[in-house]
Amino acid sequence: MCKPLFALFLHTMPADKGPDDTTFFPEAVRTRKVFKDLILHIHPTQVRKTSIRFSHTWGLGGMALILFLLQLFTGLMLRFVYEASPEKAYESILSIQNQVFLGQFVRNIHHYSGMFMVVVTFLHMLRVFFTEAYRPPRHVNWIIGIAMMLLVVLSNFSGYLLPWDQLSFWAVTVATGMLHYIPWIGDGLMELIRGGPDIGPVTLVNFYNFHTAILPLAMIILMAYHFWKVRKVGGVVVPGGSANPDKEYVPTIPNLVAKELVVALVLLAFVFLLSALWDAPLQERANPSMSPNPAKAPWYFLGIQELLMHFHPFFAAFVFPAIFLSAIIWLPYSKFETNGGGIWFASERGKKLALRTGVITIFLMIILVLLEEWIPEFATESSSWSWFFEGFLPSLVIFLVLVGWIVSLKRNFKYTRNEIAQGVFILFTMSYVVLTIFGIWFRGQGMALVWPWLR
Amino acid sequence: MARKKKIDVSHNSSISRRVFFNRIWRLLGVVAAFEATVLFFAFLFSGEKRRGKTDLSQVKVIGRLDDFEPNTVYPYRSGQLYLVRLRDGGFLAISLKCTHLGCSVRWNEDSERFVCPCHASQFDKTGNVLSPPAPRALDLFEVFLEDGLVKVDLSKKLKRRFFEPSQVTHV
Repeated sequence: MCKPLFALFLHTMPADKGPDDTTFFPEAVRTRKVFKDLILHIHPTQVRKTSIRFSHTWGLGGMALILFLLQLFTGLMLRFVYEASPEKAYESILSIQNQVFLGQFVRNIHHYSGMFMVVVTFLHMLRVFFTEAYRPPRHVNWIIGIAMMLLVVLSNFSGYLLPWDQLSFWAVTVATGMLHYIPWIGDGLMELIRGGPDIGPVTLVNFYNFHTAILPLAMIILMAYHFWKVRKVGGVVVPGGSANPDKEYVPTIPNLVAKELVVALVLLAFVFLLSALWDAPLQERANPSMSPNPAKAPWYFLGIQELLMHFHPFFAAFVFPAIFLSAIIWLPYSKFETNGGGIWFASERGKKLALRTGVITIFLMIILVLLEEWIPEFATESSSWSWFFEGFLPSLVIFLVLVGWIVSLKRNFKYTRNEIAQGVFILFTMSYVVLTIFGIWFRGQGMALVWPWLR
Repeated sequence: MARKKKIDVSHNSSISRRVFFNRIWRLLGVVAAFEATVLFFAFLFSGEKRRGKTDLSQVKVIGRLDDFEPNTVYPYRSGQLYLVRLRDGGFLAISLKCTHLGCSVRWNEDSERFVCPCHASQFDKTGNVLSPPAPRALDLFEVFLEDGLVKVDLSKKLKRRFFEPSQVTHV
């Protein structure tokens, strides 16, 4: 049976098998010790063997950290050349790409890392959810994690405007335009974020400040808290939680560190490869009087923009996201059966329910979207009633169906609360994923439904 | 010498000096935090001041009164508006920002409608919504007719649900 590649490290670090550089250079001993101490300052000296299995966490949290550091470093470099004014921004991007040595490469890394960070953070949240690592004592960290997810999305969004090309300008116009459907505070909020009624020089400077200073600072503070919390609760959640009698510990160096190194290097290689081969997009200079067709929000908001095609904006842009956010914040405090967590999908039954729910959700969403397109809209000439027919009524129907489903899962099929929570969570997230896919690849001119290759 | 009395605040109605000063420090801390927050938001909300709330310099001259034919729509995209002269000679300065999410609408001469490229909202010549998802009529700018010139104040927009004849500027 072949050992995994990192097993090479298991035998070469730092067991004293024969002479190495420490034999000849005493400084190497000190350096190695300093390095070890740095690692052991952040990591525990020993970790549970069950917690470091790669398929337990997929290294997603670590990947997010690596991507953040990459963004920090590439962002630092970009800052030397980028200028945050509508007159200079676009040209400064062009000079980064065309005149600065490896400027295009650095910009590409920044673009792809940003994209992956949103994906990886989302997947990390899914992993934490499915291993039930949000239950006490990890509930505070779950909330911190949600805050960090929001920061990641905001960072991506604020950075999105900076190139000041047609893509940026209109994506931010559309996404901030969605804000004015929030009741009472919507218009004020939209003008606050834009720095005025329209997107202009003030918007650019504000976004630049948030993107390069305020948000990274907030991220670093929250990350420190987040990592400290992981240590405080005793490390990554293990199957069966703290009730798990399996107490087999292995030294962090080399067992965990080697795996982390491999994940980091593979991720870096992947990002660098992509950045070397495909350039980040840059369209023509922003033209405030000419909207492109179609004008789409950044891809992670396209799920909401797709929802806007089917529901009244108040429900699509406010009610549904607010409900989801409230639900996941409430989650750790809900009543649950104690099984300690740490097991993917809670149980065998849970696994099956999760899979079935996921598949059915995907099919259901596809059918619903297509149905809405093909059934002619019953004429709502006066838009004053659209909030009812396209907003309140369908939302109520969905809500009742959802509640009915949950109740039947509990009463008729006798699923546990954990398993049901999983089902509901998958329903929400898979729906959003399907809607996002529709929004990215299946909406063309005038936001009409088209096959992707015809866009 | 008498033994030092232990400080006992539980039964007294007066508080000790230590507690009193601690409370003052805490109050000062809250005031400082409040001031810092106010400053932060002052900078954040300074956009309008920085942009320059210039009333007069935002009034643009579109053209001479006689340049505009009745029942015609004239694009003035750099000013973010269309100038519409209605059949009766009155003027409307219609913002080209679609009221749905903010894309710029285009005037379609053949169908005599403003069409939004983003979600296909449609508006008529006066800015009324002909086809959703736009929730209300296109915004207006104020029009001034002075010295035989047509001037538009770009500094503020007039929001409305529907077109009303009172919104038209006549000679």
